[in-house]
Amino acid sequence: MLYFSKFRIISVILISLFFILIASSNLFKFENNFLNKKINLGLDLQGGSYLLLEIDNNPVIEQKIQNLSISIRNYFKDKNIRIKNLKILGQKLSFSVDENFKQTILDTFNDEESELNPYYPRFKSHQLDITEENNIFFVNYSTQGIVKLKTSSQDQALEIVRRRIDEIGTNEPNILKRGNDRILVELPGLDDPMRIKSLLGKTANLTFRFVTNNDQDSFGAEKLSYEDDSEEDALVSKRIILSGDNLLDAQPRMDSETNETVVTFTLDRVGAKRFGKATSTGIGKQLAIVLDGKIISAPVIRDTIASGSGQISGGFTFQSATDLALLLRSGALPAPLNIIEERTVGPDLGQDSINAGMIALAIGFVLVIVFIFVKYKVFGLITNITLILNLFLLIGILTIFEATLTLPGIAGIILTVGMAVDANVLIFERIKEELKNEKNNLIAFDSGYTKSRTAILDANITTLLAAIILFFMGSGPIKGFSLTLGIGIFTTLFSVYFIARLLTVLYVYRNKEKEGLI
Amino acid sequence: MIAFNKYYNQFNILSISLVVISLFLLTFKGLNFGIDFKGGTLIELRSTDSKINVSSLRDNLNSMNLGDVSVKNFGNETDFLIKFEINNNKNIIEEIKSNLDKSFGNTFDFRRVENVGPKVSAELLKSGVIAIAVALTLMLIYIWIRFEWQFSLGAILALFHDVLVTLGLFSLLGLEINLSIIAAVLTIVGYSMNDTVVIFDRVRENLRKYSDIKIYDLTNISINETLSRTLITSITTLLALLSIFFFGGEILKGFSLAMIFGVIFGTYSSIYIANTVLVRLRVSQKTVLREDESS
Repeated sequence: MLYFSKFRIISVILISLFFILIASSNLFKFENNFLNKKINLGLDLQGGSYLLLEIDNNPVIEQKIQNLSISIRNYFKDKNIRIKNLKILGQKLSFSVDENFKQTILDTFNDEESELNPYYPRFKSHQLDITEENNIFFVNYSTQGIVKLKTSSQDQALEIVRRRIDEIGTNEPNILKRGNDRILVELPGLDDPMRIKSLLGKTANLTFRFVTNNDQDSFGAEKLSYEDDSEEDALVSKRIILSGDNLLDAQPRMDSETNETVVTFTLDRVGAKRFGKATSTGIGKQLAIVLDGKIISAPVIRDTIASGSGQISGGFTFQSATDLALLLRSGALPAPLNIIEERTVGPDLGQDSINAGMIALAIGFVLVIVFIFVKYKVFGLITNITLILNLFLLIGILTIFEATLTLPGIAGIILTVGMAVDANVLIFERIKEELKNEKNNLIAFDSGYTKSRTAILDANITTLLAAIILFFMGSGPIKGFSLTLGIGIFTTLFSVYFIARLLTVLYVYRNKEKEGLI
Repeated sequence: MIAFNKYYNQFNILSISLVVISLFLLTFKGLNFGIDFKGGTLIELRSTDSKINVSSLRDNLNSMNLGDVSVKNFGNETDFLIKFEINNNKNIIEEIKSNLDKSFGNTFDFRRVENVGPKVSAELLKSGVIAIAVALTLMLIYIWIRFEWQFSLGAILALFHDVLVTLGLFSLLGLEINLSIIAAVLTIVGYSMNDTVVIFDRVRENLRKYSDIKIYDLTNISINETLSRTLITSITTLLALLSIFFFGGEILKGFSLAMIFGVIFGTYSSIYIANTVLVRLRVSQKTVLREDESS
């Protein structure tokens, strides 16, 4: 255990110097790209928002079931099968057919080539499940169908969320999928979390629909209230003239005539055509502009608008007009999003945490170093040099991987400092025992190292196991803790068995004959 | 040599009573779960006006129908921590802000806002419990592989003791359990195991070496031989933890306190629980040698 080849000595020195250099790149600016790495600060240290959004897929499923009811009727109509008693029961629909068509229905739904009910060979499952009870068929989404639907609405929602956040222009946002119905958003250094929250909380489903005055509208009508409650509720047709999908652009503007803030919009070709047609046939009618089920305004059409552009007024402030334009530009979410977890830290609290963490680290470090030096003198010095290099190694590795440092992560580093001396203490205590029966320093040191090895490995593996579990089960800041604790174990073992042992060997060879060495 | 073995019985009785008391506390008093596990909202405020105090802030918030609101100072006189239960109002933070601005003028800085919904908190609690269970199981498997079953039992009992008594103390003092406490408990599991394993390693070595010493004395020898290491490591770890506790800021207080309790219990249990299990199971040289032959 005491032999070190020249090659090894040089390697240890080079590795140590390398990590000192890497670790110090956090403090200095290097021209070199490789050295210009830095540890990322977690949201709890640099300030920012962590938002976990959950997609509410129920409205999507209900909408799809509604569409499905129409497809089913049409599909079987072509085959001269009359669908009777078609009913929508939330996320399920039921119908019945004449006795002699029952098998045809089942065959159609269970056919692997079915157009009506796509088959996913990979999962050996159809999109829809069909069951029959007392001559009534029930159709609903299969487990796999729901999964597909959730994944696709998650993909769309992620894209929209990304667009909205990019529009606001925060630096380096992190937008990730979680499960199949959640989106995680991390926004470092955000000034106004409330604005982001209100922007992400809106579905931004925009429609232009006529206000009607009778319930007999062939498309059906619904009573909607105004966004600002300024007027009585109005009856609005369910027929959609235009939707947000037809918008090319939207911008906030100041209307020079009325001195009012408005949102101007430009429509695509299809939209412009439809808008032109609707405004020419509907002169004198009220056209309601509906956002997420609330009327923003319902102006009376005075002229045909064929240019494909127009403006929305609705008593906006400049801020609310800017936000509405942003929402319209980035498009509607496929389903409502709910913020189910939020953690926001202001930048000054983050800085306070960094300061407190660094002070705690410095004080803890000094306390441990002084204690160990008093206890072990020369070998204490060796342990302390090792401890300092260990810290460089740990910070160096975090820097190379550009890992994220959190406040609990700093706690993990401090804890590593406290526990890292354990291995050296185990070795030195063992050597002391060996020296009681063994006069030869070299032999005692050698067997001290050998005999303490299993205990050191056992002790570190147990801590490593705890760190690994934390890494996989924990979230955000806690992950940071397990990361520093876990990496700390490896750097500790390296520094004890290479750096400390090298220093010990060099010292012991010079003082071979000295008694009471340790 | 210190005669640790003279007090095996007394300390076993003490430990059993501590565990029973802890179980009692955990069952009847329960744990003070923070918003991570209970759901709800937490706001950390800093006021620039030193005249504002906890009671004026509480009166103001109570008028907002937030349900059960807790307001207390956080670290110093001008920092406050506000907590309330799950609220369905999406704009609650904005409303609180405007309400505070109206009553006190624009004197508050919202330093931290945490909001955990009921679904997430239930998931966090579940994954916390699973994490601890997985950790205990993995430790059990690890020590099962490394040692004879008598040793495994001793180590695991010591582990349960440390976790239960630490949680019991948290229940007794009404300290908050949040995500970082789970991290602390898992680290305690690692630390307690680490301490026990080092002593067990020595016990096994001594069992092979001496055939004529009874386990009662042999454990005592082993404890003494490893004692200075046990103490030095506990002291350096405690120095680091105390430094986090006193200087690491308010947020890390609970975490470091749990760890401090845990390290003390862990050191105690590896001497007085893990070893006494070996004595009570009459471990002898045969236990170790039989294992050597079969492997």
